[in-house]
Amino acid sequence: MDVQRKLEILADAAKYDASCASSGTEKRDSRDGKGLGSTAPGMGICHSYAPDGRCISLLKVLLTNACNYDCLYCVNRASSNVPRARFTVDEVVKLTIDFYRRNYIEGLFLSSGIIRSADYTMEQVVTVARKLREEHRFRGYIHLKTIPEADDALIAEAGKYADRLSINIEMPQEESLKAYAPEKDVRAIRRTMGRLRLKLDDAKEAKKAEVKSRVKAPRFAPAGQSTQMIVGADASSDQTILTTSANLYGSYNLKRVYYSAFSPIPDASRALPLRAPPLMREHRLYQADWLMRFYGFDTSEIVDQATPMLALDVDPKLAWALRHRDRFPLDIAKASREELLRVPGFGTKAVDRIIATRRLTSIRSADLARLHIPRNKALPFIILSDHRPQPKLLESATLAERFKPQAMQLGFDF
Amino acid sequence: MHIITLGSETDFEGWRKAARALALQGIAPRDVTWNVRGTDPELFDSRSDPLPENSQGGAFNVPAQFVEMAQTAILHRAPERFALLYRLLWRLRINHDLLSLATDPDVARIRDMAKAVRRDEHKMHAFVRFREIGRERNSHFVAWFEPDHHIVELAAPFFMRRFADMEWSILTPDLCAHWDGHALSFTSGVSRDEAPSEDRLEEFWRSYYTSIFNPARLKVKAMRAEMPKKYWRNLPEASLIKPLIASAARVSHSMIAAEATAPNKPQRREQPMARKSSSSDNLATLREEAADCRACPLWKDATQTVFGEGPAHAPIMLVGEQPGDKEDLAGKPFVGPAGQMLDRALKEAGIDRAKVYVTNAVKHFKFVPRGKIRLHQKPNTPEIRACRSWYERELAALNPTLVVAMGATAAQSVFGKITPIQKNRGRIVDLDDGRKALVTVHPSYLLRLPDADAKAREYEHFVADLKIAAKLLGASARAA
Repeated sequence: MDVQRKLEILADAAKYDASCASSGTEKRDSRDGKGLGSTAPGMGICHSYAPDGRCISLLKVLLTNACNYDCLYCVNRASSNVPRARFTVDEVVKLTIDFYRRNYIEGLFLSSGIIRSADYTMEQVVTVARKLREEHRFRGYIHLKTIPEADDALIAEAGKYADRLSINIEMPQEESLKAYAPEKDVRAIRRTMGRLRLKLDDAKEAKKAEVKSRVKAPRFAPAGQSTQMIVGADASSDQTILTTSANLYGSYNLKRVYYSAFSPIPDASRALPLRAPPLMREHRLYQADWLMRFYGFDTSEIVDQATPMLALDVDPKLAWALRHRDRFPLDIAKASREELLRVPGFGTKAVDRIIATRRLTSIRSADLARLHIPRNKALPFIILSDHRPQPKLLESATLAERFKPQAMQLGFDF
Repeated sequence: MHIITLGSETDFEGWRKAARALALQGIAPRDVTWNVRGTDPELFDSRSDPLPENSQGGAFNVPAQFVEMAQTAILHRAPERFALLYRLLWRLRINHDLLSLATDPDVARIRDMAKAVRRDEHKMHAFVRFREIGRERNSHFVAWFEPDHHIVELAAPFFMRRFADMEWSILTPDLCAHWDGHALSFTSGVSRDEAPSEDRLEEFWRSYYTSIFNPARLKVKAMRAEMPKKYWRNLPEASLIKPLIASAARVSHSMIAAEATAPNKPQRREQPMARKSSSSDNLATLREEAADCRACPLWKDATQTVFGEGPAHAPIMLVGEQPGDKEDLAGKPFVGPAGQMLDRALKEAGIDRAKVYVTNAVKHFKFVPRGKIRLHQKPNTPEIRACRSWYERELAALNPTLVVAMGATAAQSVFGKITPIQKNRGRIVDLDDGRKALVTVHPSYLLRLPDADAKAREYEHFVADLKIAAKLLGASARAA
């Protein structure tokens, strides 16, 4: 099989992994002329976008799509009839370098089907990274999939070469994972995430002590760890999903939890709901995830036993505001940062600018556009120096209707 | 009227020098016209007052943020940027806080201009596509790019840092950047025909682009927001966009409608290791069994069961409350801050930690997540009760001389009822089964004390309690 055909098969096999981030790692470059590549620590670079709206930042491939496991939702499950292929280590290394030199990519995202054993598979994945770093002095970004239960020494080596490591939790609850992925064990996944967390913490501590001790700290995945949950393959509610996310963020200090709307796959199992992927639901989950991480919302404020699903027609912050109208209208001149962050249409940047501006002058409704705040969304909830919503508006049963025809917000930066 | 002619479209130093002199002379923004050499020749004919010499050498301060923003915004293609920047400078001398006024039209405009330049730079970093001329060692990589703003000089160092080991050129209509392995240089703009039109890897890249696209989730608007059409003509993969969109619905429907195929014969799997079954409890089998414990709901949020640890015939069994954050991650008891405190105290009391068995009354970590951390929650009575059978079986398997209960939860488990610490600590108590017990505080209690004196006092008290255990142990060792 030629390399181009392998590339087709093994990229096709990798595309259900949503993560393509290349940000948040340490600063590296090749100004010394002895290597290739650099990182963009602040903002990752998306070198292209596919018509599915997803960023293409990394060469995202599997080393092989042969797999011992038979996870129902997975295109690569053992019982599927998709064509199989396996890259040699050198083929992946060469493709990465060739693509990188042409500025197609930020680096490599390498995953693999489980072949022979966890350790054997991890060893293969690590070998590619080792070759890139040590033989080719590649300084671009590397994301490696970590195989649960792989030997500690292999994980340490993976962290030495990779910028990011990830293990997918796959399903929001254990029951679903058991039903759909009988060979996977949620506790093995969590234990490995726990091991990664300890290693990440140790590396951070060692880094802090580096100056004092003058001993170079061993490197371990400077861009941290992430995971992915499939949405819509099982019957889990958004409440279950977000509660699991909050648990994972807190327990393993994840950089990101990715939500991947379950999508029809080639040669799919009949045991799964084969329909268009729930893209809007996925989008709302990302918004809710953002509210939890950057806007001070607790999971229970976004979803609860009474409303376990996120609304699809309005975003979760607006839905929250509509449920808590007694907290509005909010006087922008006096409100605290925490309160401002809860106003529909206010982003973190807009809030910072409002706080800086209001010290010097009053804010009028004409200013909203200059603050890049959507007028129609915000005005019913705020008091400005020249604006106060009609008292009846907030009590009106039709307030929610005003927002429903709104066009969907566009994707996030992955 | 003053007419200032700058050296180039990106002549920040020229602008800065002129603006400083104008401001020092008190020349209002409306009396100044800005242009760039060679772009507006007819303006040379109009009468321009001479630029005042900056004779008094005066200077004034502007916020660093302004200089930074001006350096970026000046690269914008809008001709009015020089005048706008001078107006802002003029206004900044009166109102030093002007830039914090996000609602001011001039501030909003300059901010948007700087943002547009940054975005253009970012897109150039992303969308430049090198094509190789020649092969391997003697190759030269050449790209063609059409920026919106005057960003070639701004964006070029990024490519130098990234591709320092190869020779490359980026050609644009405005300006071309070159790297020869040693230095960056710039030459004037060229036409598109000067750039190579293909590369041997593009076929692979297009294959990758096609394969990584998921036709079941078409989001064309999202793609176009980040990769506007204006860039497509210089992206080798962009010719695929239209056909991929056109066939997406068909491909994704056929995936849904396809008949299920006969499952592929599963490949040979490694058999999971068979569990060794054992009739009698020993610590190893207990540990294995406890890993699957679901006697209470705590297993659900925790990483793993944290079972006791220590030699199989340890004479002392130390019982704590429950694993904490670190213990939950590591799967070992007392490895976090409380564990370090315990280690220190044990050493001081003359007890070797390696020779004692350490466990917890509750074997899963109970917590609530708060952002990036987990807040410890006290286990309740049903949870303590549910976990008690593990303690009992551990106790039976280990058969220690002395059990040390650290803290209220441990005491509740060891005595089978709520047992106040302060009232019972510091003396050996007989248990119903003839074993001896000692009650003391939990080391994490010491960590929580805010007052350093109290902390030192309580620590001494804790060590004193442990010395009682050491003494008893010494006595029983001699007796044996």
